[in-house]
Amino acid sequence: MEPENLTVLLKNHPFLKGLADKHMQTLLSCVSNVRFQEGEYLSHEGQEAKNFYLIRSGRVALEIDAHERGTLRIQTIGENEVLGWSWLIAPYRWRFDSCALEQVRAFSLDGVCLRNKCDTNPEFGYEMLKRFSLIMAQRLDATRLQLLDMYGSRPGVR
Amino acid sequence: MPDSIRVQKILWETDDVFTLTLDMSSHKNPSGFKFAPGQFNMVYAFGIGESAISISSDPAQTGTLRHTIQRIGVVTDALSQLRRGDVVGIRGPFGTGWPMDTLKGRDILIVAGGIGLAPLRSVIYHVLRHRSDFGRLIILYGARTPLNLLFRVELEQWSKQPGVEVLTTVDKGDSTWKGNISVVTKLLGSAKLNLENTIALVCGPELMMKYGAVDIERHGVKSGQIFLSMERNMKCGVGLCGHCQFGPLFVCKDGPVFPYTRVRDFLEKKEL
Repeated sequence: MEPENLTVLLKNHPFLKGLADKHMQTLLSCVSNVRFQEGEYLSHEGQEAKNFYLIRSGRVALEIDAHERGTLRIQTIGENEVLGWSWLIAPYRWRFDSCALEQVRAFSLDGVCLRNKCDTNPEFGYEMLKRFSLIMAQRLDATRLQLLDMYGSRPGVR
Repeated sequence: MPDSIRVQKILWETDDVFTLTLDMSSHKNPSGFKFAPGQFNMVYAFGIGESAISISSDPAQTGTLRHTIQRIGVVTDALSQLRRGDVVGIRGPFGTGWPMDTLKGRDILIVAGGIGLAPLRSVIYHVLRHRSDFGRLIILYGARTPLNLLFRVELEQWSKQPGVEVLTTVDKGDSTWKGNISVVTKLLGSAKLNLENTIALVCGPELMMKYGAVDIERHGVKSGQIFLSMERNMKCGVGLCGHCQFGPLFVCKDGPVFPYTRVRDFLEKKEL
């Protein structure tokens, strides 16, 4: 893909909205276009988290192997969302399996490359941290609501 | 006094939710039982008690009346055991309905959780019957698990209508579920909203509505364009007994449908 087109597509992804041009240039050298077929795994729990993904289309399921309960799908990540922050946080290992539920197109960002750039360019690093912190906070809020079992019966009503 | 109405049909939607279809052909009003989408009836299981149940039918079909009911207490359990030909008592309709006049010409965003889709089904029927009066219809629906999704056949049918988008999600999937797994408001990110022209109607567990309304606003829909359907235990249904009091408001009389701006502060108060 032409760098110009790549820049436009990246700028359109909600995760990178408002990112200064100089930081976009820093990012560009760590980006590649990837595609996954239905049933293909993008990550396995415990593996080194070398990258993260900006999903362009399709859906990915986060899975946990719950042993005697089998594989549990706990969340889906879809178009315009971000998959993976383990590349940024030690010990840099994936926390879940993630499986393509349908054909997935994504940008793959090299986590090792970006981590080095965060270390050498604190301003860029802070931008990345701000954006990922927001994602994590939103995911935590959503997970808490899921845990509440909101749709369960309320005793004593009707 | 309640009107005695015969049960025409019971349909189990999930293992704890059923739809009662009532035969209104002999209703005292010769032009049929009329209601506004969002209103409710007090449904009486004779010898057991009454429960406030939202109407989930098509307002244009006055010969029958449908209530979709979750079996969670003594009264709803009794209603779940009715058979065709049995008799229930009906008082109503009560309460304020959804702002159907305000919806005209607008895009409609429906955000429903669990049994909350039932009070919104009447809106969907009305909008689809009068399609040219309304803009796009976007339905975001979440349930606990895939088996708890209501009206699955209708959701599929609605999604095929022009100008209608239906997105569903569950809180807990399984290895065979290929749909979304998330809280329902996460679907807002996938819905392409025309913010200025969108009215949001929200119904579901109160927690879902509280955080859902915040999320809808965060996505750019103005607070004045968001409406919620509240729920409280009801007894009289006409604003006299006080059981359904919600701050200074009576859910039976001032609601159940409220503009979000009217109830936002009360949703924040603990134990209200």
